[in-house]
Amino acid sequence: MVNRILVGAHYGLKDWVIQRATAIIMALYTVIFFVVVLVVGPDSFTAWRGIFANGFMKFATFLCFVSLFYHAWIGIRDIWMDYIKPDGLRLLLMIATAAALVGYAGWAVQILWRI
Amino acid sequence: MAEMTLKKKRPKNLDLMTIRLPLPGILSILHRVSGAVLFLLLPVLLWLFESSLTSPDTFAVFKSIAAHPLVKLILLGLIWLYLHHFCAGIRYLLLDLHKGIDLESARLSSKIVFAVSIVLTLLIGVKVLW
Repeated sequence: MVNRILVGAHYGLKDWVIQRATAIIMALYTVIFFVVVLVVGPDSFTAWRGIFANGFMKFATFLCFVSLFYHAWIGIRDIWMDYIKPDGLRLLLMIATAAALVGYAGWAVQILWRI
Repeated sequence: MAEMTLKKKRPKNLDLMTIRLPLPGILSILHRVSGAVLFLLLPVLLWLFESSLTSPDTFAVFKSIAAHPLVKLILLGLIWLYLHHFCAGIRYLLLDLHKGIDLESARLSSKIVFAVSIVLTLLIGVKVLW
């Protein structure tokens, strides 16, 4: 016997947690990035590029970008849900937002792994 | 039941000209506005990031764009939006943990958010942009 309880409970919990987890990742990255820039003091192309050529910083920057795009998805989706009432337009805006963010993720990978 | 309670007439005031938001309310709407503006400018920011990293030539282009006074002013504004979103976000994380949820602390922490984000913005502006 299938015992599924069809209620909406907890559907938002996953996003709520991810919104905060990604925020913490980005906050930590912001601090790390600040410290690295203060220490390195990149005043040339080579020095600036060198920051992201470093394996750890490349990983951390990539992680920050992915967090940013997921975080932005949840935040912007909430904005559409709050202000855009017609279902069709809301769906269109959500799809456009998701498509843009997936594209940005690909772009970010390309930028980082060309270094 | 739910419909019955919804039909009850409740006083509401949505006249934007007479609503005066308290500071935590201003912080809240700025949190949303800053997030939205940063989202809308993502392609520009990614493009700037890319040109700063591609080659010495594109790096030079990036530097000359960032050296324009108007661009500097826009970048300063974006840094403030980022830092406001950052500081207000940390405040929300603390509120999630039930830290500072009484009215007095909430008002104080919103003042701290504005002070810290504006001071940090000015420091970065002085150190990096000018």
